[in-house]
Amino acid sequence: MNAPAASPAPVEPVQATPTFALLRTLSVVSAICGLIIVASYLTTLDRAKANRRLAAERAVFKVLPSAKSVKEYWALPSSEITLAGGSDPPAGALRFYAAYDAEGKLAGIAAEGAAKGYADTVRVMFGYSKGCDCIVGIGVVSMRETPGIGDRILTDKGFLANFKALDVRLKEDLSALVNEVKVVKHGTKTQAWQIDAISGATVTSRAVGKGINDAAQLLLPRLVPKLDKLEEP
Amino acid sequence: MSNSSPVAFGAPPSTWEEFTEGLWQRNPVFVMVLGMCPTLAVTVSAINSISMGLATTFVLAASCFLVSVLRRLVPKEVRIATFIVIIATFVTVVDYAIQAISLDLYEALGAYIQLIVGNCLVLGRAEAHAARTPPIPATLNAVGMGLGFTLGLTMIGGVREILGAGAFFGVPLFGPDFQPWVVMVLPPGGFFVMAGWLLLFAIVRRRVAAREKGAAQSAAAANSGACHGA
Repeated sequence: MNAPAASPAPVEPVQATPTFALLRTLSVVSAICGLIIVASYLTTLDRAKANRRLAAERAVFKVLPSAKSVKEYWALPSSEITLAGGSDPPAGALRFYAAYDAEGKLAGIAAEGAAKGYADTVRVMFGYSKGCDCIVGIGVVSMRETPGIGDRILTDKGFLANFKALDVRLKEDLSALVNEVKVVKHGTKTQAWQIDAISGATVTSRAVGKGINDAAQLLLPRLVPKLDKLEEP
Repeated sequence: MSNSSPVAFGAPPSTWEEFTEGLWQRNPVFVMVLGMCPTLAVTVSAINSISMGLATTFVLAASCFLVSVLRRLVPKEVRIATFIVIIATFVTVVDYAIQAISLDLYEALGAYIQLIVGNCLVLGRAEAHAARTPPIPATLNAVGMGLGFTLGLTMIGGVREILGAGAFFGVPLFGPDFQPWVVMVLPPGGFFVMAGWLLLFAIVRRRVAAREKGAAQSAAAANSGACHGA
């Protein structure tokens, strides 16, 4: 675009750069770049982690309004639960949050579910209350759904009313939910475990329902038998 | 479109010219039409546009500086590989920095941060300018280009946010009864607004050219009349 049209150099035999020089240049440049990347990763790591934790806590407070403090736990595949440590969760562990109210009593459990929506994965946070064995609120962690259509899952009052008491009771043997959480066509909800879809945003509504169902089917069988352990913070 | 560019001719441009070149005269968005992917994809709001523009400015300036410093050491056979490694490095730095600054912003910009690596504006400037210019003018030129890119993005993003969400920088403008023109924040809106700005500039340029031509003609007529009379 702005190559200075310098007078054409006198024709001289093309001098190939020695292989060693090529290798040396590439190694030196890669080494410099590697140092820069590692340095910036290490300097931002703490801030980024703190940000992620804050964002998760904000989402928990939104789905469980009575919560005043939050603790992160892992539900291990061995159906043990442990307080989350500083490192990454072990393989197969499910992350959930125990929320406590002002008196330090368990206000509810929050966990994340995800499913493919219209544009991208819709990640929702849902609040579970052991009192009613039901889901008492949802919030969106991230989504890229169409503004004005799919993103009504955040604002549509009729849709949000589905999550005042969404039935997620477990079977007697604690293996799965009694009734799968199901998204039904707008206006046809008859049962407490059904979600009335937003008309015109069925795909996004289904993603919310599937995300909750998948996460609840996995997490609740591990969590419910241990709920007593979480009573005190 | 850029024949008047100071760089197009042999004379070395002044430092000030290096800096201002990209701001308007050769604006990356509206004149060079480079880097259309983020231009159309993330400009759904003014704040996203500014953030994307500033992220690109940082990558552009840092990469052009390093490319310029290394320009005599990099053999031409491996220059593209080297430039891309350098650009990818600074994109990674920006990626980490934004995660540390704000997760909301990181979610909003999504994959487009990483895609700055493929923004042809950055490689284009590294290859066409920084690789043959000393570090200081190269960096200044890159900052100017980056700010021009930011300006272009914000002009598109501002219009899209006003029409599509009824707000500017998140501040509602029209009260609760405003019915947003949703298509403007959907992908087609990017094309509409970009085309609208280009159309506006074309009209203005044509007007200016016509006026200059008219002035030149009347001057010529006056001249010839004078000659005739003599």
